[in-house]
Amino acid sequence: MTNHWCDLQNADVFLTCGSNNVENHPISSKWVQKALDKGATWIVVDPRYTRSAACADIYSPIRAGTDIAFYGGMFNYIIQNNLMQTEYVVNYTNASYLIDPDFNFDVDTGLFSGWDEAKKSYTTTTWGYQTAEVVEPNTATGGPFAWTTAEGVPEFTPPANKVPKKDPTLEDPQCVFQVFKKHYERYDIDTVCAICGMDKETLELVYKTYCATGAPDKSGSIMYALGQTQHHYGAQNTRALSLVQLLLGNVGLAGGGVNALRGEPNVQGATDMAMLVFDFPGYMKWPTVQKYPDLRTWMEVETASDGYYTNKPKFFISALKEWFGENATVENDFGYDWLPKIGSDADLSIISTFDHMDTGRVKGYWLWGQNPASSAPNTKFAREAMSKLEWMVCVDCVETETASFWKAPDLDPATIDTEVYLLPAALIFEKPGTVVNSGRWLQWRYQVVEPYDQAKSDLDICDLLWKEIVGLYQAEGGANPEPILNMKWDYYIDGKIDARAIAQALNGYTVEDKNLLTTFGDLKADGSTSCALWIYAGYYANNDAPLDPAQQRVGARGTEDKGNLGLYQDWAYAWPLNRRIVYNRASADAEGKPWNEERMLVKWTGEKWESNDVPDFVASTKASDGTVTPVPPNNKAFFMNWEQNARLMISSMDMPTPEHYEPFESPTQNVLNGRQNSPCIRFTEHKSVQQGSKEEYPIAVTTYSVVEHWQTGSQTRSCPVLVEAMPSQFVEISEELAQEKGIENGDEVRVFNNRGSVVLNAFVTCRLKPLMVNGETVHQAGMVHHWGWAGEISTGDMVNDLAPNVGDPNCFIPEYKAFLIDIEKI
Amino acid sequence: MQTTRRGFLKATGLAFATSLAYGLTNQSEAFALDADPEWKLVNTEEYTSICCYCSGGCGSLCSARDGELISVEGDPDHPINQGGLCAKGASMFQLRNVVDEKTRKVIPNPNRVTRPRVRKPGASAWEEISWDEAIASIARRVKDTRDTTFVEMDQGVIANRCDGMASLGGSQQHSEEEYGIVKIMRTLGIVALDNQARV
Repeated sequence: MTNHWCDLQNADVFLTCGSNNVENHPISSKWVQKALDKGATWIVVDPRYTRSAACADIYSPIRAGTDIAFYGGMFNYIIQNNLMQTEYVVNYTNASYLIDPDFNFDVDTGLFSGWDEAKKSYTTTTWGYQTAEVVEPNTATGGPFAWTTAEGVPEFTPPANKVPKKDPTLEDPQCVFQVFKKHYERYDIDTVCAICGMDKETLELVYKTYCATGAPDKSGSIMYALGQTQHHYGAQNTRALSLVQLLLGNVGLAGGGVNALRGEPNVQGATDMAMLVFDFPGYMKWPTVQKYPDLRTWMEVETASDGYYTNKPKFFISALKEWFGENATVENDFGYDWLPKIGSDADLSIISTFDHMDTGRVKGYWLWGQNPASSAPNTKFAREAMSKLEWMVCVDCVETETASFWKAPDLDPATIDTEVYLLPAALIFEKPGTVVNSGRWLQWRYQVVEPYDQAKSDLDICDLLWKEIVGLYQAEGGANPEPILNMKWDYYIDGKIDARAIAQALNGYTVEDKNLLTTFGDLKADGSTSCALWIYAGYYANNDAPLDPAQQRVGARGTEDKGNLGLYQDWAYAWPLNRRIVYNRASADAEGKPWNEERMLVKWTGEKWESNDVPDFVASTKASDGTVTPVPPNNKAFFMNWEQNARLMISSMDMPTPEHYEPFESPTQNVLNGRQNSPCIRFTEHKSVQQGSKEEYPIAVTTYSVVEHWQTGSQTRSCPVLVEAMPSQFVEISEELAQEKGIENGDEVRVFNNRGSVVLNAFVTCRLKPLMVNGETVHQAGMVHHWGWAGEISTGDMVNDLAPNVGDPNCFIPEYKAFLIDIEKI
Repeated sequence: MQTTRRGFLKATGLAFATSLAYGLTNQSEAFALDADPEWKLVNTEEYTSICCYCSGGCGSLCSARDGELISVEGDPDHPINQGGLCAKGASMFQLRNVVDEKTRKVIPNPNRVTRPRVRKPGASAWEEISWDEAIASIARRVKDTRDTTFVEMDQGVIANRCDGMASLGGSQQHSEEEYGIVKIMRTLGIVALDNQARV
């Protein structure tokens, strides 16, 4: 979330699209309700009349997988009806930047310029800006790159800044705004209704109501979750809703923002920590063989030519210093070569990892509280692939379907040679540490009791394993032992592994005197600072009580609310730098005057900045003698981008701007361009995918959760009260489809496609309705996905056997939320 | 007049700190009463925690007596949930302890795994093993796999990569644990590393 839960109370209009926040993030409804009490309006757009829809003012159904058509129609509506927050868009986005004259989109082929058929990807040169001038990097004292000449900083050449050509009148036909406007002229109301299966009157009401937040003093909030992201163009879905927020001037405002309601207690932490193939902790890039063969190249590619990321090597080198400790020196590039480099010979996403098991490339599999035998797409293929593994280590508190994949009803354990270890993990009450919520708040959990019986915390388990592995390499040698023997693992307090010691490592400190740092502004690229995760700097920085979490910002429990906007500045710590609403510079106009005085986050008085939140821009400069000078307002509201403006169009993804394509398995043809699926869709050719056609499987389906259960149900199906409240899974179908198929509510039915077949009960409701899509009737069904064969209390068939294992090219998210099935009564 | 339990305790001054842990952490108002012995929370130590389900970050109060978890409830001082919890959050207690249907006594959740297990190749059942055995045999497996699938150079570049292992998961752990997992997995050379962020 760019904003946070308590901030929802400040919105004027909500759009819930791709989430069912009342049911799956129940606490959100407390804060939405506060806004409704003050007169806000709530819109829900969802394939199903959800519990959220039941609480909303306006509901529109939508065919799953057509969000880009819906949002593209909104872009067109905003522009055609002059509802754009023009001052915001001109100043704070790249709308005025001129794009390469060779940029184009071919409606007949559905391709942007630069398509390479052989590589199945784009060369994005024509998606870039025209250059007005090239400014060489300023390494003089006071310049952004002065630090690069300091002693101990590895040598590299900072980048030159290619200043883009602009037309602030937005009239040049090559400016981003005009290109964007032209692109979405095809997305008229009738076309959008035909694609999405919407009613024209309702769609116009949705557009009119939400786009009213384009008024400068109004805030609109979009809440989304996996319904938006789990598509083979999921990243573009989220870009599309972000663009709505930029056009209406809603990003950076109290009550506004792009609000991803995340689904796991510390998935925000896992993302911050880069538990992802291509990421390095703190939203930096993990080294690859081709792009970043050495430290110098990494620094030259990754350092921004302007904006705050001109400082990026300071964060990276401080992290290397933490990783390898005293073994990291400027002479050995701070240990860069010891980090594993990703190759270019294989796709490594969660989807293709199962292919690598199937072919024998991956032999050992670590599972840390995740259950892919139930949650992966096409789980039948996933568990068959797991049976080729030599070994698996599962760290979990219950026996999951993954730990017991060899017990799957369709597998024969006698033929499976995988050795499986199940290590019992401690529960949250049984260990201390930090969790990060969706609003980026870091909060401390205290240990309440000892782990039951022989269970251990994940950290204890890591420590036992690491000491044993290091011992083996010390004693025997082996394949390059250097990374292992040089890695720093010294997180002990009183001789025991301790989360507080890692907290200090994440927070960062000066190497010489271990002084904890309160800001990442103090990090250096010369090896004098150590910091595992720069964005957490300040969360655990009390040098007077380094062993007491309650005396750190992460343990802060102050309930004062300065500004009465629900910011709760003294409760916990929001990364970065306790900033509660990111991009908050955009909450005020170019002169620094808040768009809405009652929701002031930052304000220029004429002499200095006043603020209720921590400013997310350069509000002042500090000279070497300590003199602080306020920086008057400018247009650099998005200073983490090198342009220091937000991007309506982009050259670093699979599409420069979102274009509608159909789901991999769709009940209809794409009528907006000549290509059925996104050209960059991944993994479609694999033998296990077995695409089904609408002729074989005419019913569109989506999946969702219920409030009583969670993810694969491993924990919630272990709690008797939750099973009592929601005892089994179901497929939800409309009364019309039930009648067509001769199915009554509660009947046992078989749901199937080419990948799998599951038996469950039919739940016949009026919450789903047949849709009229491109002139034909389309039935949509819904399935929950919390059940499997494991567990003592409640078991069921594996719904994710049916989901296609194809995914998004940007982040490899699989397409769980829109595919095809058929249903028959048993 | 409505008086909340915590408000009542503050008002009457019955609250006092009993544990060293409390004295050190000062995380919230503690209360330990010399009151009705039938009261569920009599003589308990109170710790704050955060829910283990969605990413709301709702606060909870966990009460323990004699080293055992007695109760989990919403934290009324927490600005996000102000004491409320959803169906899942309100039943977090059952992850550790449940009521036995037959004896009506509170027992450890029988669905939980609390000792290391191994399933040997071809076997159709688990075997219980000691931690020492588990750690030693896993480390040996890891070393064998790493040593046989290690890629030191790739296209003329120092790669130091292990293609034979993959790692999945991390959204359930504490941030400090996540760092420990990432650091160990990456240092072993694993690049096929992912978590629940998308699935």
